Amino acid sequence: MLGEGMLKGMAETAKNFVGSFFSAKRLTTVQYPEERIAPFEAARVFPFLVYDAKNPADPADWLVGMRCVACQICEKECPPKCIFIEKSKDKKPDALGKQQFYPARFDIDISVCMSCQICVEVCPFEAIKMDTEFELSTDDRFGGLLLDREQLAKSNEYYHQIHATEAAAVDDHLAEGKVKAEAKTTAVAIAGAIRGAEVPPPAKPAETPAADAASEASAARTAPVTKTAKRPTGAGN
Amino acid sequence: MTEFNSHSATVAEMQESPRSEHWNRPAHIEPSGDGELLEVAMGPHHPSTHGVFRMDVALDGERVIRLRPVFGYLHRNHEKIAEGVSYLASMPYTDRLDYICPITNNWAYALAVEKLTGQAVPERAEYLRVILGELTRFQNHASSIGFLIQEMGASGTPLMYAFREREKILDLFEKLTGARMMVNYMRFGGCRVDASPAWMNVARKTVAGLTEFADEFERLLTSNEILMARTQGVGILKPELAVNAGVTGPMLRASGVNYDIRKVDNYGIYDRFDFRVPLGDHGDVYDRFMIRTLEMRESIKILQQALKDIPDGPIMDPKAKIRGFRPKPGEAYGRIEAPKGELGFYLISDGGPSPYRYRIRPPSLINLTILEDMCLGQNVADVVLIFGSVDIVLGEVDR
Amino acid sequence: MKTVEEIKAAIEAAVPGAGVEIVSNPSPSAQHSLRLAPGQAFAVAKFLRDDADLALDFLSNATGIDWPDKEFGEKVQVTHRISKPVDGPGRKKTQIVEEVVEETRIRVEPGWLEAVYHLYSVAKRHGPVVLRMRTINRTDQVELPSLTPIWRSAEFQEREIFDLYGIVFTGHPDLRRLLMWDEFKDHPMRRDYREPDDFEYEPTAHDDVLNRTLEHHAAIAGQEEAGAGE
Repeated sequence: MLGEGMLKGMAETAKNFVGSFFSAKRLTTVQYPEERIAPFEAARVFPFLVYDAKNPADPADWLVGMRCVACQICEKECPPKCIFIEKSKDKKPDALGKQQFYPARFDIDISVCMSCQICVEVCPFEAIKMDTEFELSTDDRFGGLLLDREQLAKSNEYYHQIHATEAAAVDDHLAEGKVKAEAKTTAVAIAGAIRGAEVPPPAKPAETPAADAASEASAARTAPVTKTAKRPTGAGN
Repeated sequence: MTEFNSHSATVAEMQESPRSEHWNRPAHIEPSGDGELLEVAMGPHHPSTHGVFRMDVALDGERVIRLRPVFGYLHRNHEKIAEGVSYLASMPYTDRLDYICPITNNWAYALAVEKLTGQAVPERAEYLRVILGELTRFQNHASSIGFLIQEMGASGTPLMYAFREREKILDLFEKLTGARMMVNYMRFGGCRVDASPAWMNVARKTVAGLTEFADEFERLLTSNEILMARTQGVGILKPELAVNAGVTGPMLRASGVNYDIRKVDNYGIYDRFDFRVPLGDHGDVYDRFMIRTLEMRESIKILQQALKDIPDGPIMDPKAKIRGFRPKPGEAYGRIEAPKGELGFYLISDGGPSPYRYRIRPPSLINLTILEDMCLGQNVADVVLIFGSVDIVLGEVDR
Repeated sequence: MKTVEEIKAAIEAAVPGAGVEIVSNPSPSAQHSLRLAPGQAFAVAKFLRDDADLALDFLSNATGIDWPDKEFGEKVQVTHRISKPVDGPGRKKTQIVEEVVEETRIRVEPGWLEAVYHLYSVAKRHGPVVLRMRTINRTDQVELPSLTPIWRSAEFQEREIFDLYGIVFTGHPDLRRLLMWDEFKDHPMRRDYREPDDFEYEPTAHDDVLNRTLEHHAAIAGQEEAGAGE
């Protein structure tokens, strides 16, 4: 019969149409933004800097606990070169307790970032991870999509919320590293005592330059990022 | 050497232009009537051109007398960018070539670098590559058929069925790699992330549902009279011309040429899987549609075998370098059977951190070489179908 | 499939006077190439396609490569004859003395453009056979014979090489730019291509781009001052 093929096809369409009132398999539309699907654990959008919260009452806690040591490996490996880092002049303890530089400036231009997560893959300090936040639209086309280090800094607790298994594995890895680092300093101390040389004093928790860091951060933010911006020569130089 | 200006040549000028006597130039179609031609630019802003693509057609009424494809609207000079960044940094850029099939783009690039350095790939990584590659092929063929039918006027219904299934496959990609499309998954010497047992279970469930979808899709489309009337006998491509014009992929096999790089080169571990290569008889649009449908079924077969046999083990050689990767000087050409055709990467290394020359052999661009031949003498409406059956993606054509 | 040496022998037997050289490839891929002299390249290609054993009926990839001019600074011992004043009794005398001085001379080895072709056989299922052709220099002698009449798949690929590198293929039926627009002037894939300055906003510029951005903005500031000063 002429038209038999079309009727067979229309039977399929009818099955789907009627079925969509009864079975979830046929009605797969999610009414976003009223309904949302929970993101998968592995999902990645843009990077963020992890900090270990030491003193939640402190407003500059994010800088104190930041794991990033400004080694600039992510900056070099980033394919579209959307990361800009300036090292600090002084040092602060990192996640393993060692005195390290930290970033005076850490800018990511998320209008350029292509979410490839190569920066996460090459970071030796577990300092930069992928976020799942994607509703980031702004009306400032040029500066609004340039995230500085304060906007990028998020706590380790947040990291556990978005990527639970990954964060647990990172914590284990850092704990191992800390144990090894402490074992090393104890071994050095013992060796020094045996030799009779003067034991170097144990590393004091460094005076966190909280006041300096806060003024530095505000200076960096007031340097205007205008439409025809050159590299502002200000804080951190 | 006279060049013709594609905007103003008359039929007489075209017939006088220099041609080599060896060349497979298409026959000129004699226009009827007074010889005046209507010149139309189809695209670049056009719903049926699969991206920013323009065709300058010269029409005699409804018949096509001349057709010139014009592209370059999406040219991002990826090849030059690759000369400035490291080998690893080019991997996310390859995702964006044929953006419907990022996994196979990654695979072709990783294969070319592995040929350049002689790096071996662990077995579990090869199985993962095959599983993800065949899932990519399945969703590419389903989407391609969906778009073709939409251009026939089906207002997107089969396309949305294909997309509903494609969502399940994209969810699998997101669970494994973190991104639905731009996966950045292959590395030189293996894969980036291992698949957990939970992911394998979801993958098996998804693949089990693909057969039902393929059946439903066929019941919806294959014996549809409108489809058959519009596609049978349209856009015929002879096998000798197809081979000479460098056509590869489902288009070549629809013309009856038995050349599937998975069988010819046996790259990866494809020689362990039992699958057939469907071939067409006529080389028309209907054959290309049928070949894609049959290849979807063969992909399901490969997926079932791979999911059953995948061994445990490492997915990457622990000594393989991620940073500071400097292959020794030399060159290599590596190719795979991507869903669109033969995707090849030609790399020349001078011992530095970036390649000296990085060339992508794009199947979509080369399949377009005989677009004019297939469309001459046909109606404008058929041009849209023939073009849809070539199955191109502009990211790959323009790079 | 035959080895590269055997293919070279077969070509030389079939096309007398074909200047064929083997270019060896040090990588593990062992894909050695055959360098053809442009004069007989067309005849060689026809033989490769039509030969019963080789049957290379499928041109997979055709691409261009830019090998820029190389500058070498050489330290050369140069003998100069100088007349030097000599002290002596009486009036001043000059004497011709030979002095050996070391100079750095810059020697420029001219570069060339190259076209590479990868051939496979669909009938015999073997390959690849890699062909190479070089132009004489990068400036005015950039012609090579087109292989499009033999393998139609070279049509768009040779157009792309013309567009991005500047090699002119003689005998190509329709040699126009492919990816860039027709009125475009330069050849973008050459190693010395400089992109136009369009740095409106570069917040994370690095290295070369940073230098050019700063220059660009300095130039604009200078122009504005000059304009405001009038």
